[in-house]
Amino acid sequence: MAAFLSQYLWTWLAYTIAGLVHVALILNLVAVGALVFIWLERKISGRIQDRLGPTRVGGKFGWLQTLADGIKLLTKEDLAPEGADHFLFKIAPYVSFCASIAAFIAIPFAGGYYPWIAQHLNVGVFFVLAVLGLEVFGVILAGYSSASKWSLFGAMREAAQVVSYEVPLGMCVVVPVLIAGSLDLVVIGDTQAGWFTNWLVFHDPFTFITFWVYFTCATASVNRAPFDLAEAESELVAGFHTEYSGLRWSFFFMAEYGSMFSVSILASILFLGGWHGPIPITEFLGLSPENGPFLGYLGQLLGAVNVIGKGVIGVCVMMWIRWTLPRLRIDQVMATCLKYCTPIAAIMFLGATLWQLQLPGKTFFGLIEVPEAVYAIGDGGSDAAGQMPESESPAEQQDRIAQTTPSASQISRKGL
Amino acid sequence: MESIYWPSFFFFLFSGLACAFAVAVLLSSNIVRMAFYLVLSLGATAGLMFLAGAEFVGAMQLLIYVGGTLVLLIFGVMLTSQERFVVMKTWAGDWVKAFLAGGALLFILAYAAFSIPEWRGIERAEADAVEAQPSVTPIAMGLLGARTDDPDGSGYLLPFEIVSVHLLVVLIGAAYLARAKRSRSSLEKL
Repeated sequence: MAAFLSQYLWTWLAYTIAGLVHVALILNLVAVGALVFIWLERKISGRIQDRLGPTRVGGKFGWLQTLADGIKLLTKEDLAPEGADHFLFKIAPYVSFCASIAAFIAIPFAGGYYPWIAQHLNVGVFFVLAVLGLEVFGVILAGYSSASKWSLFGAMREAAQVVSYEVPLGMCVVVPVLIAGSLDLVVIGDTQAGWFTNWLVFHDPFTFITFWVYFTCATASVNRAPFDLAEAESELVAGFHTEYSGLRWSFFFMAEYGSMFSVSILASILFLGGWHGPIPITEFLGLSPENGPFLGYLGQLLGAVNVIGKGVIGVCVMMWIRWTLPRLRIDQVMATCLKYCTPIAAIMFLGATLWQLQLPGKTFFGLIEVPEAVYAIGDGGSDAAGQMPESESPAEQQDRIAQTTPSASQISRKGL
Repeated sequence: MESIYWPSFFFFLFSGLACAFAVAVLLSSNIVRMAFYLVLSLGATAGLMFLAGAEFVGAMQLLIYVGGTLVLLIFGVMLTSQERFVVMKTWAGDWVKAFLAGGALLFILAYAAFSIPEWRGIERAEADAVEAQPSVTPIAMGLLGARTDDPDGSGYLLPFEIVSVHLLVVLIGAAYLARAKRSRSSLEKL
């Protein structure tokens, strides 16, 4: 976008506008997403508990309830406890919120040759995981600076939990990376083009189990019930945000819903095909950039709707789990992570590696051959990748590098 | 505005932020605030890495330093700190010692940075001609013993293996230390 604008404007202005557009889109996605999700959470919890949930505000279904809540929060007094570390107390919600939003920088919403992504990083998955891990920092600061034992307890639990769950989460994420052959989220999404049989969750039995382990760990790492020990209303009043009120409190909630959304979108890109639907509608209708910019745009738009839809479904499943399962004890949380998730993830990683060695180029539990062109996207140096028409797709860049790698004979000479 | 070279501008912005927060670490006496400033300083350093196009190193910086180390640091500090360490007081002698040690290191680093000809900056026209390259694949290939930049040079397979085995040993050791001991009561295990 910046390159396009700079044909008509000064370069600095073009880059500023492009950056602002990206920031505005991401902020709106997170904020409006939180608005919708809070309403959805109330409705879902109501239905699960055989209630109606909000019904009045905004006509039917109470769909303006969150907005009314927001206005109420705005009018509340911004309090800080007397013994608090005021500077850290005030800044902690923003730290959480920034970390939650920053993850969206590297998340693509549509792929192809012109991916819809704020900043196309070569190490997308890695960046998203790294930034999501920073959210805990805001929580720890909040817990420490509140000068309240409830807050401190919540923060300690959160720190222990997040640090432990990053291990199995990372191991689960490595499996799709391994199969797609790239850390680039756009490339990972595009290797799953076509029918739902190409989705990595159905790639082999190991990835199928990995997906569920990933989802468990993701739920834990964003502090959702049954892993919401940092808040634990029945024991810790409200955990790390006990002392917060008004808008600062709501920032914590926006951060929580934002990171729920981002781990769900990450799950959909890594395992559920991303912007490639269960049925390849965009391929049937010919909505690709080769058939003109408008059709290409439409295809990308459908892809973005697809990704966001899958993300919303993921968030809904998290809500369903929250209102179904009781909260775990802290030792049970740790046991789930260290005794179950981590070993399972490690074995699945080994299994997926062996599967990929034995049955390369097959998908849907090894039953279906992958078309050469799709298989080549993440596969460095194969000839089929040369057929790609556009100038600089990330996959091609990688292929070009891989082609300059030493030949097979050179590698074998080194005893590899 | 046209005359500003934006990469340099952002370099000075991020490096200035990193230095400013590093100074703030020195000047604050509360240990949790220090940790907070340290996070910001390390985050600005990660920004420098991203600016240089070394996305992998930047993300590493975020994950390992900003994420891992600091969470552990704060965790450890909050669990273990006594009143004496929560608010630190520095005496004049400490300042002198710290300045001697830090100044010596700074001198060596700065001297090395400016005296090695290969580390000189390149001209602007030359910099514009440099194309951004995806950085992960060459790193991974290099670690597996096949370097892309220098096909005849040796790779880094042995160091990579040593580090991997070392990490495995550490993990097994941690699991061994953290295992449940039979002699303890069930309450203590929690």
